[in-house]
Amino acid sequence: MLLEVKDLVVSFPTPDGLVEAVRGVSFAVGAGKTLGVVGESGSGKSVTAQTVIGLTRGARVSGSALFEGRDLLKMSRDQLRQVRGSKIGVVFQDPLSSLHPFYKVGWQIEEAIRAHEKVSRAEARRRAVELLGLVGIPHPARRVDDYPHQFSGGMRQRAMIAIALALNPSLVIADEPTTALDVTVQAQVLELMKRLQAELGMAIIMITHDLGIIADMADEVMIMYAGKVMETASRHDLYYEPHHPYTTGLLGSLPQSGHEGERLVPIPGQPPSLIGPPPGCPFWPRCGFAMPKCRLEVPPLRAVPGAPGHTSACWLPLELTGYSVEVDAARHLAAVAEGATAVATASGAEEAQP
Amino acid sequence: MARFLARRVLLGVVVLWVVASVIFILYFVTPNDPARVIAGKEATAQTLAAIRHHLGLDRPLIDQYGSFLWRYLQGNLGYSYYNSEPVSTIIAQDLPVTASLAVGGAIIWLVLGVLAGVLAARRPRSLADRTVTSVALFFYSMPTFLLGLLALTIFFYWLHIEGIDIFAPPGYVGLSQSVSGWFSHMVLPWLTLALVTAAIYARLTRGSMLDVLGEDYIRTARAKGLSERRVIYRHGLRAAITPIVTEFGIDVGTLLGGVIVTESVYGLPGLGSQILNSVTDGDLPVTMSIAILAAAFVVVANILVDAIYALIDPRVRLS
Ligand SMILES: Nc1ncnc2c1ncn2[C@@H]1O[C@H](COP(=O)(O)OP(=O)(O)O)[C@@H](O)[C@H]1O
Ligand code: SF4
Ligand SMILES: [Mg+2]
Repeated sequence: MLLEVKDLVVSFPTPDGLVEAVRGVSFAVGAGKTLGVVGESGSGKSVTAQTVIGLTRGARVSGSALFEGRDLLKMSRDQLRQVRGSKIGVVFQDPLSSLHPFYKVGWQIEEAIRAHEKVSRAEARRRAVELLGLVGIPHPARRVDDYPHQFSGGMRQRAMIAIALALNPSLVIADEPTTALDVTVQAQVLELMKRLQAELGMAIIMITHDLGIIADMADEVMIMYAGKVMETASRHDLYYEPHHPYTTGLLGSLPQSGHEGERLVPIPGQPPSLIGPPPGCPFWPRCGFAMPKCRLEVPPLRAVPGAPGHTSACWLPLELTGYSVEVDAARHLAAVAEGATAVATASGAEEAQP
Repeated sequence: MARFLARRVLLGVVVLWVVASVIFILYFVTPNDPARVIAGKEATAQTLAAIRHHLGLDRPLIDQYGSFLWRYLQGNLGYSYYNSEPVSTIIAQDLPVTASLAVGGAIIWLVLGVLAGVLAARRPRSLADRTVTSVALFFYSMPTFLLGLLALTIFFYWLHIEGIDIFAPPGYVGLSQSVSGWFSHMVLPWLTLALVTAAIYARLTRGSMLDVLGEDYIRTARAKGLSERRVIYRHGLRAAITPIVTEFGIDVGTLLGGVIVTESVYGLPGLGSQILNSVTDGDLPVTMSIAILAAAFVVVANILVDAIYALIDPRVRLS
């Protein structure tokens, strides 16, 4: 495995109390593979990724993150700095605010190169032009001297990708790279990332709140909620054999191709506070299948039988996978058998809230 | 951008003209009769009339206004009523003193204030931050004259009594006479002028840096694996400098007013002391010239600030 994160716990001391942003997250990414990390806003996706590369400040961190065999969380600041930007590249959400407004785009790429390699300015500049061409900026030799505000949104994100790729990293972390872009540009940027991965062979951690973004990109998917992993599965299993009600909830809020005009069903309710989160399954106040047990005991991640790598943190019977009305009915029956009273509909889920 | 600057220069000229005109008007409502200042109390009515005629004070107002403007335009600042020296000579004598004080003071307050502000912003609520904030508050609430007198008492007189003479007594030694003499005479005035202002810069820099360090592009800089130093200065301070430039422009522009107290406390014969004297003596040509010079300072500083904005922010430059 290229990156293997185990039992990552991240919390922020704040005046209001300890924010338990990440509560025991484990995952792995193979070389050249793509891991999709999905969850609603505030699930702890960004904190997870940024802690691994030492970008969270003022946090208490425990766990391990083995990258090419070395624990990133135990490295000195300087060692980690050498990995950051060279072996692990990062693409952030908003390319306008993520690029420095006062420096030329090319300069910002050159700077990344020269932070890790002893090359002349001229050589760094030559590579910056080459990188801009690689990410599909037209007339790169001219645009290299533009400032970020002279680029369009899509071009800015391409420039961010160029910075991330500047030193041929083995891993790129893309944190909602398309969220701030227009829909048509989103597709182009995703296409570009796929093409670059095919050409350069880097692994990608693709963070998104939108399951649709990674539908034809991720090898594995990890669903996060309230700082915990809810479900992990291969892309196929996640879309066709999901187990966790949170996952099916996310799938239900997706626009379905072929079901144009069908009403999207957002998951009712809000994620819990991460300051002193309640015991039990973090999803129960919003779950249509919540059983008495769910409020008391935290469901551990359990392996779904017959599907390697498929795990789910839910007390429902593990064989009840799938995304259909029939499977939901079966889940409902199982929940009632365990003493559930709520009804497995959106309105029922609302009633079940505290 | 060039057009914008040209407009600012034009505006500056208009401002100077207005200031000169206001000063001209004040010249005529002043209770001091210039002729009396020159001739003394015992002068006869005849002498006074002769002097008025000599100064052109008996000509129509509009006439006088015209020649007044024309004179200044040519750089002819007139002659002191007090000792008949050309005003330009007086200013040429005093300017180096004030420039020594102002340039040194400005460099110290800028460097000290900005570095302290950066230090405080790097670790908010840390010991360093709290120290900077309280020291800044202390100097901020300290009147300049008090700070000057305290510094003089402690660092000159007390040390002097102990037989330690690190700092020179009040007074001025020209840079051309003795570099070390100049320096030792200037250190305390510099600090006096700088510390109060440095406090403002520390607070300003801290706030601006805290905003900037929370920006996404700072996170990008760290993600690129840049050294913390580079992140803080090349990326952070570069972006945080804009409000500091604004403040610096205002402070440098109004420095001529700011040095009056410091020059008086340390007996420095600069423009600040000069304007105090000339106002007391009713020496109008000197007062007016220094006042117009002060206004020119403000105007030039403002234009420079705009030019510097354009230098630091390409979005300003290219719009
Ligand atoms: N520096 C911080 N201090 C306090 N709380 C934080 C900090 N950074 C993130 N959080 C909290 O951690 C939680 C997870 O945030 P994040 O990882 O950004 O979510 P996501 O990326 O999944 O939308 C949020 O509730 C957020 O408010
Ligand atoms: S059924 Fe229970 S354990 Fe499963 S998601 Fe719902 S509340 Fe959580
Ligand atoms: Mg996020």
